[in-house]
Amino acid sequence: MCQDCGCSITEHVHTHEHTHEHGHSHEHQAAHETLRHNPQLNDAKTISVITKILDKNNQEAAHNRAHFESHGVLSINLMSSPGSGKTTLLEHMADLADFKFGVIEGDLETSRDADRIKAKGIPAYQIQTGSACHLDAFMVHKGLHAMPMADLDVCFIENVGNLVCPASYDVGSHLNIVLVSVPEGGDKIEKYPVMFRQADLILITKTDLLEHFDYDVEHEKAEARKLKPGVDILEVNIKDSVSVKRVIEWIEFKRKMRG
Amino acid sequence: MHEYSVVQALLEQIETIASENDATEVTKIIVKIGVMSGVEAQLLEIAFNTFKEKTICDGAEFVMNIQPLTIVCRACHIKSELSARHYCCPECESIDVEITDGEDMFLMSLEMV
Repeated sequence: MCQDCGCSITEHVHTHEHTHEHGHSHEHQAAHETLRHNPQLNDAKTISVITKILDKNNQEAAHNRAHFESHGVLSINLMSSPGSGKTTLLEHMADLADFKFGVIEGDLETSRDADRIKAKGIPAYQIQTGSACHLDAFMVHKGLHAMPMADLDVCFIENVGNLVCPASYDVGSHLNIVLVSVPEGGDKIEKYPVMFRQADLILITKTDLLEHFDYDVEHEKAEARKLKPGVDILEVNIKDSVSVKRVIEWIEFKRKMRG
Repeated sequence: MHEYSVVQALLEQIETIASENDATEVTKIIVKIGVMSGVEAQLLEIAFNTFKEKTICDGAEFVMNIQPLTIVCRACHIKSELSARHYCCPECESIDVEITDGEDMFLMSLEMV
């Protein structure tokens, strides 16, 4: 065993007597060179890992959830395409809901959404993701520390408008609400199955426009339930406060069921 | 296009494991990508092979195993692979099914020197 580097190349046996100090023999050095340059002589080892690739994000998400729970706050991740009516729904809920809520907003640029929510007297924090197409648990963690948790019953996380990327990231919410609006066309649920599979509640929004579009609500509901048989689905027309109240009732029900 | 974020997480994970194992080079990476994980496998491969340069994975072989949706039916207890994205037992048509694979992304194994 080489004492200097701990490798397993055996030192050649000294048969002659000598008194001079010396370093490694030429043979030993040569062996080291060969090792370095010929990877085939090195012991490649294969180790089995089996870890989720987004494990770190998931751990942070669990941490976020624990944080929400310690304050008795229900957290809801709102996801949809840009322009499906996430912010508008929140604005209308501000006037109608009995529970107190705050909003963590995610957008690539601007703080317009947070400004709109704040204008309703609702605490909001804007995350600007730059060019990132989704919120992750680390971004939301920053946002939740900016929320007045002690005063809240519900915290919405309004994700970046996108039907693809946010679906892969647990941000630490208890529930996912996915919106899809009538003008987007009647194939979004089939085209973006991963997103709709994540939904606890699907909101079909802008139903006041149904008469102008060839949109089969029942077909969409059936497609959604192929992906998630037990998913709840509500239709929302923002001009009809009864439809907004049904969303509020759904959230109230979920709050009660969590104790 | 969140494949870059996924690759970043993967590279960090590999570097941690490599340093725990005193490896200087990673030569092969095997991952399992579920068809319902939300990641486009082809894009992930391109992103990985682009961003591995000058990391411990430079030159490493990247192997992706695409995992179909796998369920176990709670009604008839038969295990099936689903070909369509319809969460329903193909044997007995029950919707009471447990998803056992195909919705997540895993780092499976690493070959290191």
